[in-house]
Parts: sequence; C-alpha cells; structure tokens
Amino acid sequence: MLSIVYAVLFYVATILLVVGTGMKILKYARTPAPLKIPVSPAPRTRRGVWMRMGREVLFFQSLFKSNRWIWIFGMLFHWGMLLVLLRHLRYFTQPVWWWVELIQPIGVYASFAMVLGLGGLLFRRIFVNRIRYISDPSDYLMLLLIIGIAVTGMGMKFVMPVDIVAIKVFFLGLMRFQINELPMNIGVLLHLGMVAFLMIIFPISKLIHAPGLFFAPSRTQVDNAREFRHLSAWASQLPPLPEGIPKDEKG
Amino acid sequence: MAPHDMNTGDAPKIVGDPFKMPDLECGASVDTNTYKAAPEHNEPLGFPGELLDNWQEVAIAKIGELAKKNRAFQVYLDTCVKCGACTDKCHYFLGTGDPKNMPVARQDLLRSVYRRYYTYAGKYFPWLVGARDLTREVLDEWYTYYHQCSQCRRCSVACPYGIDTAEISMAAREILDSVGVGQKYCNEIIAKLKRTGNNLGLNPKALRATLEDLEEDLEEETGLEVKLPLDVQGADILLITPSADFFAEPQIDGLLGYAKVFHAAGVSWTISSYASEAANFGMFIGSYENMREVSWRIRQAAKDLGVKRIIFGECGHAWRVGYSFLNTLAGPFDFLDQSYPIPQHILEFTMDEIDKGTLKIDKSRNDEFVMTFHDSCNVARGSSMGRKEGGQFDLPRQVIKAVCNNFHEMERDTTRENTFCCGGGGGLLTDDLMDLRIKGAKPRMTALQQVTKDHGVTHMAAICAICKSQFTKVMPKYGYEMDSILSVHQLVSNAIILDGQVDPVDED
Repeated sequence: MLSIVYAVLFYVATILLVVGTGMKILKYARTPAPLKIPVSPAPRTRRGVWMRMGREVLFFQSLFKSNRWIWIFGMLFHWGMLLVLLRHLRYFTQPVWWWVELIQPIGVYASFAMVLGLGGLLFRRIFVNRIRYISDPSDYLMLLLIIGIAVTGMGMKFVMPVDIVAIKVFFLGLMRFQINELPMNIGVLLHLGMVAFLMIIFPISKLIHAPGLFFAPSRTQVDNAREFRHLSAWASQLPPLPEGIPKDEKG
Repeated sequence: MAPHDMNTGDAPKIVGDPFKMPDLECGASVDTNTYKAAPEHNEPLGFPGELLDNWQEVAIAKIGELAKKNRAFQVYLDTCVKCGACTDKCHYFLGTGDPKNMPVARQDLLRSVYRRYYTYAGKYFPWLVGARDLTREVLDEWYTYYHQCSQCRRCSVACPYGIDTAEISMAAREILDSVGVGQKYCNEIIAKLKRTGNNLGLNPKALRATLEDLEEDLEEETGLEVKLPLDVQGADILLITPSADFFAEPQIDGLLGYAKVFHAAGVSWTISSYASEAANFGMFIGSYENMREVSWRIRQAAKDLGVKRIIFGECGHAWRVGYSFLNTLAGPFDFLDQSYPIPQHILEFTMDEIDKGTLKIDKSRNDEFVMTFHDSCNVARGSSMGRKEGGQFDLPRQVIKAVCNNFHEMERDTTRENTFCCGGGGGLLTDDLMDLRIKGAKPRMTALQQVTKDHGVTHMAAICAICKSQFTKVMPKYGYEMDSILSVHQLVSNAIILDGQVDPVDED
C-alpha cells in the first residue's frame, strides 16, 4: 500500500518539479530586460559573459570575494550535494555508468562535506545577528529539510543498512511505469518523503535561485550598450517623441 | 550604537576601519525622512498629485506590471536565498546600524509584499515566508527606506546571484510615484528640467551670462580667449555636462578644464541650452518614460545643432545613463560620426589627447596636492570607458597621474568595483537628508583618513557632480576643508599650458 503512495508521490513530485521549474524558466526568459544593466566591470563579449557565469556557477566567485565563511560553507554544501546526487544515479541506471561507478567512494565522503556545509550555514543563520534578522521560518526549515535528507541518507549507509537492491528495483520500475515493492524501512520512507517534498517545493521556493541565477541581467548581459542598441519590445511601442527642438523652446 | 553627533562641526578624528560593523539598532534611521512631493511636482511627471484613494490596489497591480516588464525585478524578487553576503556592504547600514538598511532587508520590504500577493507560499503560508499585507505602515516604510538607498550597486557585486538592490529601489520609487507618493527633491528637479532643460531651472539667457563670466575668468587666468560656446550651430562636439558645472565649486573648475582641453585640441564644440543637463533623475525614480524624455532632449539638441559627436562631462549617474542607456532611450544615433563612441566621456577625449601629445602639461603645477581618487559608484559599477574592460577605473587614474606627481590609492576594498558611494547619490543629495548623508559618507571618509595618515593625502578627486557636492558638504564633518574635493579636470586645468598662455602676475 505504502509503495503505491510513494510511487504516486514521486510521479506527482517529478511532474511538479519539471513543469513548475520549466514554467519559471519560461517566465524569466520571456520577461524583457528594458535596459542594459550589467554590473561593471563586465565582459564586452558573449564569450566573456560565459566565462563570468562559469566562474560564478562553479566557484561562486562573487561570494568568495564578499564573504569567505558563507563561501566555504556554500561550496562544501553545493559541491557535496552535486557529488551525492551523481552518486545516486546508480539507482536509476542499469547497467550503472562507468563514471558513476567511479565516483561512488567520493560520493560517500561528499555527504559529510554537504552536512558540514549545511550545518555551518545553519549556525550562521542562528548566531550571526545580521543573518538572523533577515531569516524567515522557511529559511531555517529549508536547511533543516536538506540536513534531514542528508542525515537519513547517511544513516542508511553507515548505521542501519537497507535493501538498496529493492530500492533500485522500485525506482527502475517507476521509470517503466511499474510499481514494485518499496522496502518498508523508516529511514527509506523518511528520506524519500523529504526528497519528494523538496522536489515539490523547488519551483515555488527560494530554491528557484538555481535556474534564476542564469537570468540575472546584472551578470548575464554583455557590456556593449554603446555598440549595439538594446531595445525591449514594450519600449519600442512607446509613442514617438519629436525630432529636433520645437521652435518656441529654442534658446 | 552610540549616536554619532557629527553635526556639531567638531571634526571627529576617527582614523579606523571603514568596515567596522555597527551593532544592529532597529529603527535607528526610521525618522530620517525626505520631504514628499507636492502635486505640482508629481503631476508634470505623469503621476497622481496626492495619495490615491485606492492606492493599495494600484500599488499591488504596479508590482505585477513591473515584474512583467522588467526581468531584473522579477528574477531578483524570486531568487534571494537570504545568505547574508550583502548584509555588511551598504554604507548607509555601516553608518546608521539600522538593520533595514542592510541590502537584503531593504529588498525584503518590497519582497514580502510581492510574496503575499504573487506567490503560492505567500498567499497560503504568509508567516512561513515572511509575507505581509500592504498596509499604510508598509507604504511609509517603503518611502523611508527606499530613500535611504543611493542605488550604488555595491551590494550587487557581493551577491552570488547578482541581485541589484538598485533595481528594487527604483521599482519601489516607481510604485510610490504611481500612487501619488513622490519625493520632492527628485520630482521637482525633473519637472524643472522639462521646463528649462536643466536641473537648476537656468534659462538660456542666464546660462549665456554665466558662461560669459567664466570666459572672462579664463581670459584673466590665461591671457587667451578660451571659449565656452553656447548653441553654436554646426559645431563638431556637443558637450552634455551636469548643470552643477555652471555654478558650483569644484564643478566649475572641471568645466574650465574641459574648455581648455577642447581649446588645446583645436576642436569646435558647444553646449546646448535645450539639453543643458547631463544628470538624469528619471533613473533615480525608476521611471523609464521620464528617463527617456530627459534623454531625448540630448538627441533633439544634437540633431538641431548638427553636431557630429556627443561628449559627457564629469557626472556619475549621467554617465551610467549615457554609457548604458542613451542608445536604448534616444538612439539610434546614425546621424552622428560613427568613428567615435556615442556618447564619449570627457576622460576618453582627454586621454586620447594626452596620448596624442596635443596637451602641454606641467605636472608641478599640482604639486601642492597629494591626491587620491574616489571612484563614483555609478561610473564604477554601471558603466565603462575606453576600449578595455575596467577602463572606468583606469582612465581617470591615468589622467590624474599624467597631470599630478603625488597620487596614492585608498584601501582596495573601497575602490574600483568595491567603491563606497559618497553618501549623496541616487536622489538623496538634499538637505533634508543631511544626517543620513553624513553617516553614509563614513566608510569613504574613514578610508580617506587612513591615506591621509599613511601618505599625507590632502585632496580627493572625483568625476561626479553629486560626489563633489556631497563631499563639499560632509568633508568638514570629518576633519577636512570643504575644498578638499576636486574635479579631475580641475587638475587637468591646473597643469595644462595653452599655446601663448600668459600666467597672471602674482600681485602679493
């Protein structure tokens, strides 16, 4: 019975994640940027912008310059999470891709980095006055949720191992629209429940920063306003203004 | 935080850390409010004269409209994760300790309302995400704190997502204007510009008289007829400069510097009485339409006078509009000479002349000054110069070093893209905000005090009319003479020796 509930839950969560995030991305992409507002010094070429964004996305360049502690914790968390996620590909591929096989041991250590990073961010949120001031309940809950996912995952790896073959059968089944038996284990149910919840809230929470980052005009625009005229669709529809100076206004 | 009593006129000697973190003091600057606009200031800009009866409805709809029209606004409202990297970056926060002056908290004043009306979480779980109804108190809070932001973008540099509080602050002012709550300073000035062509309300006759007086000064100084031409048909270059250059010190000395450079370069140039203002306050209030109208005058004047090039004088926000927006707002400029950048900055022109060797320069004429340079926020983070990335930092320094022997940099975290706003930008250069201006200048002043102590720096140069006016007023509060702030082209003016120049005989 619970297997069916979880199967439905994951179908719904996947649809909401993909459709919701897709809709947000479409909305951002379709919203015009009326003016050129790259924060300078900014690249003068498209290639330069790709490099700038690469440094931002891969190394959090601006954060590195602005706050070293948040950068350290943020890097530990995000890179740790990336490796952990890649490691989880083994539940969705048969046979498992060679490079997924290869990173299995790293992925295990990465989970510690991830939790350490999240813990650091939570610590700062609670103990740094300025950050506590700007935090809403959802900001704490979001960190706790991801910590919860990571800790239950690590629990199943290190404390009370579960039948991961059955779990893999369950997910491979879902990918072929079959519902197989999910091992009834509290760790599994908690871990997967929280993951599904995270997927559902992704497009409607601050987690949307992940795709949103690619649409910030301050970082993604090329600094070439003098060379190329930038004009948004709505601005081109504004009523024309007179050419030349009206006779009665001449000095 | 102990209140800094800087209004006493006693110069506080606070050589210290420009980044010294204040203790949070809620409401520390809630009573610092700028005068509201009267109906006669709002209406010429197309805004309701007074607070609308259905203001709440209109304001909420306006948030939605702006989110549809401006990607930056939409994305910035959605993507903040409250990481806190920006919290210690604002000079007004560092100066006042009011937590609502932390960039993210300032954004949240509006974001909380956006969430309440436009997001799922805010509609159904407002307590969870800090969403709140738009009440009269919230509107008042917007007015207070969005007029304690100089839109300098220092926080945007710090943000991992590039969120630019300036965009939020401009949008907030646009929303306030749309319900009839404008700021007197900005709106009165824009209305004045629409009547007279400049922020001062100088009519062409007065402007001509002023320029003639300055020509006399130049003749006394050099023994030469150095012209400040007005409305000359067929001139090659149209100079667009802030109107402060016509009447305020040290801006005037900058204007005289441009005139000498043009004279030495042997180009024909003119000022226009119709477009006698570089500054564009339409940007401060986030109004695309008003900004476009103000910019359009430059196009009209350029066409009417039949010039080939447009050059901007020293003005920070003007240069952001000029460099980044002018082509959008008033282009295409296909009727101008395409072999020059459109528009060009006076520093680009002067640097070219220095490189060409057209200018005869005696650096020792600036030996009485030990200089440093204040990067103006909107030039630093909203524009560029020259052919290379970062030219907006390098060109002014190259020019200063070409005309001065003594130059020292302030701390790196307070210069170039990390520069602090002077404390008077973004429409806050008004006497009713003097307390805030003094506090906001503190990080810059502290960094300056440091180089004064270490290197004996006596003067600071800037390329922005607002910076210059602001520092003239606030530097005395920090132990400097009011004339310790100089125009970059004032230094050029001092050092340049024109062909046939006869120095006045010292009568002392």
